[in-house]
Amino acid sequence: MLLFLSRRVLIALPTILLISVFVFALQKLLPGDPLLVLAGEERDPAVLELLREKYRLNDPLVVQYFTWVTNALTGDLGISLRTNQPVTELMLQKLPVTLQLAAMSMIFALVIGVPAGILSAYKKGTVTDYIANIVALSGLSIPNFWLGIMLILLVSVKWQLLPASGYVPLSEDFGQSIRTMLMPSFVLGTALAATMMRHTRSAMLGVLSADYVRTARAKGLTERRVVLKHAFRNALTPIVTLTALLFGELVAGAVLTEQIFTIPGFGKMVVDAVFNRDYAVVQGIVLVTAVGFIFMNLVADALYFILNPRLRGQ
Amino acid sequence: MSTDVILKAEGLTKRFGGGGFLAKAPVVQAVSDIALEVRRGETFAIVGESGCGKSTLARLLMRLLEPTAGQVTFDGQDISHVAGAGLTRLRRDMQFIFQDPFSSLNPRMTVGKLIGEPLEVHAPELTAHERRRKVAELLQQVGLPAEHANRYPHEFSGGQRQRIGIARALASGPKLIIGDEPVSALDVSVQAQVINLLGDLSRDLGLTLVIIAHDLGVIRHMSDRVAVMYLGRIVEMGTAAEVFDQPRHPYTQALLASIPAPRGAEEARPQLTGEMPSPSAPPSGCAFHTRCPHATPACSAAIPAPVRVSDSGHSVACHRWADIPAPEGQATPPARSEQAEARFALYRAALAGAEVQYAEP
Repeated sequence: MLLFLSRRVLIALPTILLISVFVFALQKLLPGDPLLVLAGEERDPAVLELLREKYRLNDPLVVQYFTWVTNALTGDLGISLRTNQPVTELMLQKLPVTLQLAAMSMIFALVIGVPAGILSAYKKGTVTDYIANIVALSGLSIPNFWLGIMLILLVSVKWQLLPASGYVPLSEDFGQSIRTMLMPSFVLGTALAATMMRHTRSAMLGVLSADYVRTARAKGLTERRVVLKHAFRNALTPIVTLTALLFGELVAGAVLTEQIFTIPGFGKMVVDAVFNRDYAVVQGIVLVTAVGFIFMNLVADALYFILNPRLRGQ
Repeated sequence: MSTDVILKAEGLTKRFGGGGFLAKAPVVQAVSDIALEVRRGETFAIVGESGCGKSTLARLLMRLLEPTAGQVTFDGQDISHVAGAGLTRLRRDMQFIFQDPFSSLNPRMTVGKLIGEPLEVHAPELTAHERRRKVAELLQQVGLPAEHANRYPHEFSGGQRQRIGIARALASGPKLIIGDEPVSALDVSVQAQVINLLGDLSRDLGLTLVIIAHDLGVIRHMSDRVAVMYLGRIVEMGTAAEVFDQPRHPYTQALLASIPAPRGAEEARPQLTGEMPSPSAPPSGCAFHTRCPHATPACSAAIPAPVRVSDSGHSVACHRWADIPAPEGQATPPARSEQAEARFALYRAALAGAEVQYAEP
């Protein structure tokens, strides 16, 4: 297990290195000069030169890259050009928000998508299958912003059941925090549930026709046990993969949904940073989400290991 | 052997297809009007080419499929449409061994769990400890060390996996075991071990075996009575000696003649020409008339009914059986008994090797 995981980590390292080079290079290639934003109205060459000196923009590119990487490794991702706050601090403020949103959305996606997928595979070709497919496809086809606005209109404005927007930290008021996140995570979750359902369905279809499922039936087990214990466990691999990938995507930010529900998460921060040419922030976010993605894949790998006894012997 | 019937099929028919959303799928009559009786304690074999419907018949007898018409009686009870608690009870008394020992065991469960699961269902009164002991007993019964209960199926060879499959089938204490090609996926030497194991178990535990196979050597070696199938129908049925030594149906004769002789038996053999017709469009009358060397125009007119040709119950479904001589080459021992002997010698050698192998822990 340790050997397997350490091998995966070793494979991940060059990927992270490549990402860091890519992120750094992309910044330099983008049009527009952050100093012009910083210097504001004054376009005095002396001031610009001073700023260049301050942010060490006169160093050769390679030196700039290594300075950035070494700083990043010590947790220093630079200072936001706009707010003058350290980027790390800014991100640490947003991270819990985004993680909570991502986790709750994922729960919605799993709770809706997986049972629907199992059911539609089990009842393949029946009315149940068609209904599940239609519901899942509508979840995928309805744009998040529209569903979000409709939910706010109905649930918050008309019935006044849930808060329309904002964010309350979990540590402050647990119940209220969950309540505020309920609608946005539902909006994100339903869209992912469709993908989840389709993947679960196809994985289950493959497994349900397997010989060992027939063996399980022949043993005289109940259908429930055959489907959940024998079939579903063998169909888990693609579901785990998908969960890891979708979770990575969720952490990278759900720009529109965060905007609609005015949630101070990563998505909103990225958009703001891009528009303000706040390079340090953009770089930091891209780097952290990329590393997060790789981490989620490692988690998925570890899960395969637990789920699949055939891997353990190797 | 008693004449007490444990499993009986009457007019058993299964059709597939015919459904479909926009276009009707072609109807395939996989099994047509099958009647057979399996006696308690005997080993009954069903043989035929691939595609003749023998696996479908096995699944109907197992109640893994529901028949389109006809009925299956097990131990005096009609099981053709049984469901729910009745089906669970049936699964305790009637068990199966599947063809592919690799895909028929759940890869995510330990062998102990796989064998113990039927016990959980059929003997819920056992404690976890008693169940583990019973699993160990079953493993030993099929010639595997009890410690193997903690391993996963992928750690075993094909023959060992089939033994696990047999232990699993024995777990609920069945009266009847149906094997759908139980050894055809195994190496010849391993086949012998598994066949002998099945033979020993059926003798020691008083089990009734129904074996589906296409390997005539295997059948000859282990079965008491044999049914030969062609295109969904039983064309000949009788004791193993009758069917193998005095085959009366031209199809059985051709099937037996198709066994390759070990060395240069060059005499004329009845050869089958052409392909087996599609079961979705079976020939009229006797389904075999398109390939039968003895066919007359009358053969394509009516479906022949089984006729008893001996007191012991040897029956043949052929219009012309009385006109067709029992082939000399078939009846005289040399050609066939030599190859059978060679095969049995191989089995014995393999078994001897196996015993050495399994004697060590």
